[in-house]
Amino acid sequence: MESSGANSDSVIRSEGEVKVEARGLDLFYGEFQALRGVSVAVAARRITALIGPSGCGKSSFLRCLNRMNDLIDGARVEGDVLLDGERIYDQGTDVAALRKRVGMVFQTPNPFPMSVYDNVAYGPRLHGCRGRAELDETVEKSLRGAALWDEVRDGLRKSALDLSGGQQQRLSIARVLAVEPEVLLMDEPCSALDPTATFRIEELMLELKERYTIVIVTHNMYQASRVSEYTGVFLMGELIEYGQTTQIFEMPRDQRTDDYVRGRFG
Amino acid sequence: MRRTRQAFDEQLRELERRLVEMGRFVESMLGKAVKSLADQDAAAAREVIAADDTADEMDLDIEQHCMRLLALQQPMSRDLRTIGTVMKVIADVERIGDYSVDIARTAIKLEGDEYFRPLEDIPRMTEMVQQMLRDALEALVDRDLEQVARVVACDDAVDRMWYKVRDDVERVMQEQPEVVPQAVALLLVARYLERVADHTVNIAERTAYMETGRLETLAPSHRADYEAEGEG
Repeated sequence: MESSGANSDSVIRSEGEVKVEARGLDLFYGEFQALRGVSVAVAARRITALIGPSGCGKSSFLRCLNRMNDLIDGARVEGDVLLDGERIYDQGTDVAALRKRVGMVFQTPNPFPMSVYDNVAYGPRLHGCRGRAELDETVEKSLRGAALWDEVRDGLRKSALDLSGGQQQRLSIARVLAVEPEVLLMDEPCSALDPTATFRIEELMLELKERYTIVIVTHNMYQASRVSEYTGVFLMGELIEYGQTTQIFEMPRDQRTDDYVRGRFG
Repeated sequence: MRRTRQAFDEQLRELERRLVEMGRFVESMLGKAVKSLADQDAAAAREVIAADDTADEMDLDIEQHCMRLLALQQPMSRDLRTIGTVMKVIADVERIGDYSVDIARTAIKLEGDEYFRPLEDIPRMTEMVQQMLRDALEALVDRDLEQVARVVACDDAVDRMWYKVRDDVERVMQEQPEVVPQAVALLLVARYLERVADHTVNIAERTAYMETGRLETLAPSHRADYEAEGEG
């Protein structure tokens, strides 16, 4: 078994269209280097899972894909991230537009303290959508897309805070869908949910991948193995292995991946 | 985490220990069955038939152990391949037990018959396949791919013995029609032994998979497009 890492030319390219690509990506938080030369091509309309022990850089990498790290003082990126072949770290990139195209769902559901309707309409309104009929249509479409419509259609004016944890997370997804993104970044979206709610989110992801490119960071290897087509394994800021999910979990090439997926460290 | 991992490792070792134990048990059934045939000892043959229940229990016990590990440990990578391999291999070992029973039944059927010639090739084939079974299980426990290759190579020698026995028996049946029932029974025993060798090759192939992740037919004679010299 090799342990050469996946950062070299040996990176397995995803088959088909590439949506997002990192090339030699380094990330620094002040003096600390959080990512080291990460190169990977993320397939369009597929689910890519990122796994690895805590502090390995997987969430940091995810945040690089829509420049969320810009919000952190002292964060500095070297190398390139390309969305549809365009460099997103170039000067002149419209970061708000980028984050509209590359939406993020966080670990903890974070509904705004307002109605279900207003939560979903928030993004479209921010982007200038004012027409009542158009908003109604967007809200319904997004809630349907997030598999929540049937549960909230009669209570759109109720507070989003009264929804269950699983419903709140699907609402978070609906809110991202409302601005019609192309890529969904999900940072441990099920870690605060019970198995049933987790199952619903996983089902939803499988539906959503028909239209969106999904990158999910998860601590749950079984979730990665259930839902994703491709898996990247991070360790100490490096992408040590990347490949088809079946290969990663059945026959990893890197000894460190083998150790990690078998629970030998982490 | 380290303690749970150690416990899991211990359970995996236990799984292999039980598999080896079952292999030894079945190997001894096979040896006794052929000895009962050579000695025309029906009582010993009945013991082999009775022993099959124990082999079946071992098979079920290991399978349950595997299912439990799959459910509770949700194994990945090498661990997953190991458990998957053990589950497949016990089916091969169990079949070898069944062939031992078939041979024991033949011994009971032929008790009192005078053999048309002393049994020589069948005991020799038995020694060969017993060794193959021992080597295959040892290769599995030791993750020894060279040993896997040796087991696969032995299959050709067993096949050659089988063709020889078949040709001999064919000739005897033509020359001495009165021994046909006994000759057919012994021909089947040789066939069972040839099949036992095939099961040991399966075990070897599974061991190779466990180590390399590749599922391959290693014995040329087991490939669909193979045309044997002695076959036909």
